[in-house]
Amino acid sequence: MTRNAEPSDALYTTHLPGGHHWSLRLRRGTTLTLAAGAANANVGLLCYNPENLLERLNLPDTLKCQHTFKLTQGHCLYSDMGRIFASIIHDELGWHDSVGGNLMRHHLVAKGWQPVSYQQAHNDWTRSGHDAFLVELAKYGLGRRDLAANLNLFSRVESDADGQLRYVPDHCQAGDSVTLRFEMDTLVLLHTCPHPLDPSPDYPRRGVDIRLGVAAPPDEHDVCYRSRPENARGFENNRLYHLGL
Amino acid sequence: MIIESTLRPDNAVRRITVDAGDHYIGTIKAGQTLRILDLEGNQAADTLFYNAHDTSERYSAMDTLREQGAVYLTAGTRLISSEGRTMLTITADTCGRHDTLGGACASESNTVRYDLEKRHMHSCRDNWMQAIADYPAYGLTKRDITHNINFFMNVPVTAEGGLTFEDGISAPGKYVEMVAEMDVIVLLSNCPQLNNPCNGYNPTPVELLVWD
Repeated sequence: MTRNAEPSDALYTTHLPGGHHWSLRLRRGTTLTLAAGAANANVGLLCYNPENLLERLNLPDTLKCQHTFKLTQGHCLYSDMGRIFASIIHDELGWHDSVGGNLMRHHLVAKGWQPVSYQQAHNDWTRSGHDAFLVELAKYGLGRRDLAANLNLFSRVESDADGQLRYVPDHCQAGDSVTLRFEMDTLVLLHTCPHPLDPSPDYPRRGVDIRLGVAAPPDEHDVCYRSRPENARGFENNRLYHLGL
Repeated sequence: MIIESTLRPDNAVRRITVDAGDHYIGTIKAGQTLRILDLEGNQAADTLFYNAHDTSERYSAMDTLREQGAVYLTAGTRLISSEGRTMLTITADTCGRHDTLGGACASESNTVRYDLEKRHMHSCRDNWMQAIADYPAYGLTKRDITHNINFFMNVPVTAEGGLTFEDGISAPGKYVEMVAEMDVIVLLSNCPQLNNPCNGYNPTPVELLVWD
């Protein structure tokens, strides 16, 4: 932790119940703290640049430039334009999933999760993460072509030496939290739909507590700036962007 | 998994050599087989696929990995679309492992990975931009540029969650072959990257062969 990493008092707190979605524009310098409302929570996350919606979260670029498969404190979330949307300044989980993708409608049936309509269950209907993102994207004139690989916060999918993937149950405990600090204005899409590899027998509803705060600007002692030389160059790209380049 | 093909190059209906730093865009019909041949070895071929009848359905790296439960592509891998459908199936592979996690090089990501002063160097994403500008009839724009396959590239994932970039395991004459399960557009950049070992610091041509 650096002296800049502690978010100040909350600007706003709210709760997003399991199986729901939201989008919000977060200004540069804002922090977003997410805390699991229950064990085995999952939060799908995508980022776009509100000034240029063609610029979006790029997980392959994010993984490649930081030589990592998991994401945790010290890592940055990169756009396809070489800039940092957000950095992970605090993390109690040690691993967030970059590879699992998103829950689709056909997965509900394949997993034996009985799809439940809004008419049947009102707020307890069974949304897919894919539909959740499509709904939020449409509010900004975006659609299927604008989707990218999403982050699955709170979830862990690991690879063995042969490349076999495994979802790790019980990775996330109730109350575990992660804090993102936004390094440029960012349109954030969130959903609390289950991870596509979640082995629960029924569609799980696990919400997340959301806290927005303000962070001091990072300096050269910042944990994310220092974690890799690539991140210093990423922050330099952000500096140039904010000069108007 | 190493599986050799029984198809003969002299029976191919299409043969195209793509130089390093150049691109190819074209249609592969359902039932046709596409081979990508690494002519001189250690050459990454950055490839995207689209449903030829609805380009908003495209190859999805994460859906492909999750559905096969494994992080590398090889013979037997079904290349899954953003709608969860099989676009192509890899039917032969003499290289043994291909990457889809590492993405494509870009002018912008080169500034992060290497140096801000490398931004002028050629890249796969610029190469795709040239292709979609040259062939507007396919209806693709920057919105459609998504996460790709790096054929012939070796990006091992460690059990601890690390990602490493190793020398290519490909060699002259190695190939990967896939049969289309739907009509697809293939958009390929023959990687011009000079800053890392993915092309052995010497980008070289690949050949594309198509059989009915």
